[in-house]
Amino acid sequence: MLQICNLSKNFIMHIRSDAEIYGFDNINFSVEPGKLVAITGPSGCGKSSLLKCIYRTYMPTGGHVYCTCADGSTIDLATAEPWEIIHLRETEIGYVSQFFSVIPRVSAIDILTNTQTGRGVEAQIAREHAAEYLEKVGIAPNLWDMYPSTFSGGEKQRLNIANALITKPRLLLLDEPTASLDAHSKEWVMDMILSLKQEGTAMVGVFHDEIAIQTLADWRYEMRERKMVPKDYKMEYASEALAEFL
Amino acid sequence: MNKKFPVMEGKHITVRFGDGCDYCRSQTDLKKGRCPICHTIWAVRDVNFQLYPGEILGIVGESGSGKSTLLRTLYFDQPATSGEAFLSLYEDGKTNFLEVSSQQKRYLRNHLMGMVYQNPMLGLRMKLSSGANVAEKLIAAGNRNADSMIERCKELLQHVEIPTERLKEQPRVFSGGMQQRVQISKAIANNPPILLLDEVTTGLDLSVQAKVLDLIRSIQKELGIAMMVVSHDLAVIRMMSDRTMVMLGGRVVEEGLTDQILEDPLHAYTQTLVSSLL
Repeated sequence: MLQICNLSKNFIMHIRSDAEIYGFDNINFSVEPGKLVAITGPSGCGKSSLLKCIYRTYMPTGGHVYCTCADGSTIDLATAEPWEIIHLRETEIGYVSQFFSVIPRVSAIDILTNTQTGRGVEAQIAREHAAEYLEKVGIAPNLWDMYPSTFSGGEKQRLNIANALITKPRLLLLDEPTASLDAHSKEWVMDMILSLKQEGTAMVGVFHDEIAIQTLADWRYEMRERKMVPKDYKMEYASEALAEFL
Repeated sequence: MNKKFPVMEGKHITVRFGDGCDYCRSQTDLKKGRCPICHTIWAVRDVNFQLYPGEILGIVGESGSGKSTLLRTLYFDQPATSGEAFLSLYEDGKTNFLEVSSQQKRYLRNHLMGMVYQNPMLGLRMKLSSGANVAEKLIAAGNRNADSMIERCKELLQHVEIPTERLKEQPRVFSGGMQQRVQISKAIANNPPILLLDEVTTGLDLSVQAKVLDLIRSIQKELGIAMMVVSHDLAVIRMMSDRTMVMLGGRVVEEGLTDQILEDPLHAYTQTLVSSLL
């Protein structure tokens, strides 16, 4: 479904004397349908940047992001034309960002409705479905017609997750989806992710929450020193480093 | 994935004020697009773009970067020095519409394109009633039945939230926001597939700005019109557009997905522009 080959990202800051900020280098992994790859690592190690490169909010410096589309064709997201990316975002790829940027002056229920009608769902059905999801994520009915700019951080994040999950994308990118949620909402989100996995959605997620990783992840990588290593490798690496030191 | 065909495409469009000299013809990055030797201004230089059906293409850049000139060229307000532009709905996209006869240009302006100017004085006749302003566009497209035109004018003005009882009032007595809304209703009167918007919210206060932007967004969603939106304001571009082109000195220096342009700008000028966000 998704194959990342030698992906790298550096930022050249022309406005700061062409200073180069290193993101990550030579990342390789793949995700099969119905599987979730969890990425962990300390803050600032490039986890979110990696997701943004897959979603093409960041332009990769090198490498490839091969994605198998619903029609069986394969597209390299790293080099695809913007209109192709827009089309895939509308139909196949979902993204739960760390911080939800609300659409001004659009109510919560309309956000979820519009996301579905944009994909061809009939307006009335989309609205009913939206109400169902808002109820599930625990947003009080009196807030459904309110603008999310007035919501708390947790409510915004629940809406953000509902908005990404409601369309049941084939590939879902999750950037710390459960970070600002209470226990009940977290449980619901994890249930939803599990049910989407069963339906065949491939997922890449950045997590700090150990319970979420244990519950959801099929494969786990840690980002360290601009590289990505399987989590089990950590012990091996540590003992190698220790041996070298001794 | 099937290839998507643009509804409008521009190839190597150049608009030059002056004859140019050997020096400026050979230089690709003239400061502010002005030749220091012959003083020719290269307002738009070698611009290529595609506008896809139903999308909003944002154009940003500093004053004098050629954004408005590009739009005015496409709407025949300003002749192009060179280059080609094609509309998929005009002769199967095979004819360069920048070089057609005046009659054909009128046809294109009245049937396939609408324009909303920053200054309502350019888009509206202030001494005619607002209804007559909209009707003018309908007549230009061949409508002759007065009753049906009045109905359509009422419908359009209602659509942009102008009370129908003000149909007979002149736009000069309207507020800036209302004038822009009359302009929008005039521009969409003949259901064009393409709408060009030149700084439509500049100079309006924030609440009026929001109303105009919401209106444009709802019209785009409802009618599926492809739009080119020129703005100084990155917040407007972020909210409205799917793709963005960044212009500097008459050239397109960067283009891509709007979120990529705003979060991971690659060109030095775009980085300066984004870092200037308050």
